Amino acid sequence: MAAPTLRSSRSAAASGSRTRTPRVGTILSYALLLLGSVIMFFPFLWMILSSFKELREIFQLTLFPTSWSLDNYREVLTGTEFPRWFLNSLIVAGLTTLSVLFFCALVGYTLTRLRFPGRNAIFLLILSTLMIPTEMLVIPWFVMSSQFGWVNSYWGLLFPGLIPAFGVFLMRQFFTTLPRDLFDAGRVDGVSEFGLFWRIGLPLVRPGLAALGIFTFIGNWNAFLWPLIIARSPDMRTVPVGMAFFSNEAGTAWHLIMAASALAIVPILLVFFIFQRQIIEGVVLTGTKG
Amino acid sequence: MSTALDRERRRHRRSRLSLGQRELIWAYVFLAVPLVFFLGIRIWPALQSFQLSLFTWHVDPAQREYIGFDYYRELLSESRFHRALLNTLLYTVIIVPVQLALGLAIALLLQSVDRFRPFFRAVYFSPYMTPAAAVAWVWGWMYSVNFGIINTFLIEWSIFWENLGLPWLAIPPQPFLTDPSQALPSVAAVVIWQHLGFQVVIFLAGLQGIPRTFYEAARIDGAGAWALFRHITLPLLNPVMVFSIVISSIASLQLFDQVVNINFTNQGGPLDSTLTIALYMYQEAFGRFRMGYAAAVTVVLFLLILVVTVVQLRLASRKVEY
Repeated sequence: MAAPTLRSSRSAAASGSRTRTPRVGTILSYALLLLGSVIMFFPFLWMILSSFKELREIFQLTLFPTSWSLDNYREVLTGTEFPRWFLNSLIVAGLTTLSVLFFCALVGYTLTRLRFPGRNAIFLLILSTLMIPTEMLVIPWFVMSSQFGWVNSYWGLLFPGLIPAFGVFLMRQFFTTLPRDLFDAGRVDGVSEFGLFWRIGLPLVRPGLAALGIFTFIGNWNAFLWPLIIARSPDMRTVPVGMAFFSNEAGTAWHLIMAASALAIVPILLVFFIFQRQIIEGVVLTGTKG
Repeated sequence: MSTALDRERRRHRRSRLSLGQRELIWAYVFLAVPLVFFLGIRIWPALQSFQLSLFTWHVDPAQREYIGFDYYRELLSESRFHRALLNTLLYTVIIVPVQLALGLAIALLLQSVDRFRPFFRAVYFSPYMTPAAAVAWVWGWMYSVNFGIINTFLIEWSIFWENLGLPWLAIPPQPFLTDPSQALPSVAAVVIWQHLGFQVVIFLAGLQGIPRTFYEAARIDGAGAWALFRHITLPLLNPVMVFSIVISSIASLQLFDQVVNINFTNQGGPLDSTLTIALYMYQEAFGRFRMGYAAAVTVVLFLLILVVTVVQLRLASRKVEY
């Protein structure tokens, strides 16, 4: 009994009565955490259980459906444009993520591994854009998109997110930790400048790429303001924008909304369960290095 | 012999020179697209927003008329803008401290247990990754006056206590989103619920970064739990705390997604009680196509964020003393 309690941070520091006193506190901690989890998880539970209810049952406010039905899902997938929105979101979030990973890593690499005049000025210029709120940019972006014919197109949906300053900042942090000798050695061996980045740099910052990629995907999957502005026709909407209009098109069809909401988080849940460690590391990096 | 050495030296010098030049050329080749992006998609549009706010709006730039700060003067007298500004500050004042306190408390609890930590962390973090539209729909329904689960629960709860002869523990059903005085706190609660997990993870990382030896040393000196928290945890957590406050303030000042989606047919309502600056900007720009006026709103929002961030960083840097 003593061995596992010794390992915990609290009881390791505690002096005396190691086996008994932490017990009450520990049980209380677990109880509070569990209560919090119930509050945090209840809306999801409610959403998922409701999505399996038949229409007549939806307002009866019992927790579990009396008969589990997939009708809501079938109707969302066949009777609305949800599949199209889902595809749009996958395309936009996927392409944006690829662009972010490539360009942020490239800029991060260039700003740390190459020496050239103007290096710090360029970094400061990129950092300064972190202070500009999206709201300040959407009007000029929309005006620009109208002039260039980007409204209601995939390019229009994804161009603002191609190279986020935060990503550059994060990747730069990762590249500073790599030894310079490694790249000098590559250079002596005749590796091209792009090869140094692609073949030596990139593999070494893989944890950073994973964190940045996941956050970019989730962020763009959930993005709302800009897609709402630039998607003019229903078929160009992304999942969050399409769902926002659900009440108009279906007369607030709660049974469909719950099924659509459940489907909307499927890719995010997949990403989360596959990359849980990297996600947590990513948040930690933003907090402690930022 | 000497000529060979000279040639060797010259080649060496030439290759070093060309190495520096090569790095310069490659650097700008690599940076070309990103630089065009940052200048053209971030910095130029930001400046353009300021410029747009000084001109009457017309699709053809040649027909825009310079009006100076007229839109800003209009903002000062527009009661809906006052409402939006006040609401936005109210959201921030509610959301930031509550999130900070809950985030820290949950992180401390999580650190005090050693089993199921990844499970709890995942549960607390999951709302953060959910699209605001989905979150808003589910919460909007749960808040519903007549067929919302929260009011249903309140009724059951009240019946339970009244049957036990303790009617003062009963809570009547609430109007939530339909009442102008309850709508804003109700939306704020959703935002807190959604973003709490991010704060928890940040604080957990901060707590794990504090060396355990500090606590051990202080305990030997006879410090109690509160003293440990007050004199070790809090000061050493300060940088994380500052980050958390700045991030959640910036997010709260830009509140849009939740406000729009939770009341999609009456955005910002009832009676503008949930209206934010970002939503006001959106309605003016893309509902009424008053682009110049809306641009002025975004300039004010930018200044607000700038001032709040600078003040917070200033205050924080003064407080840090170890």
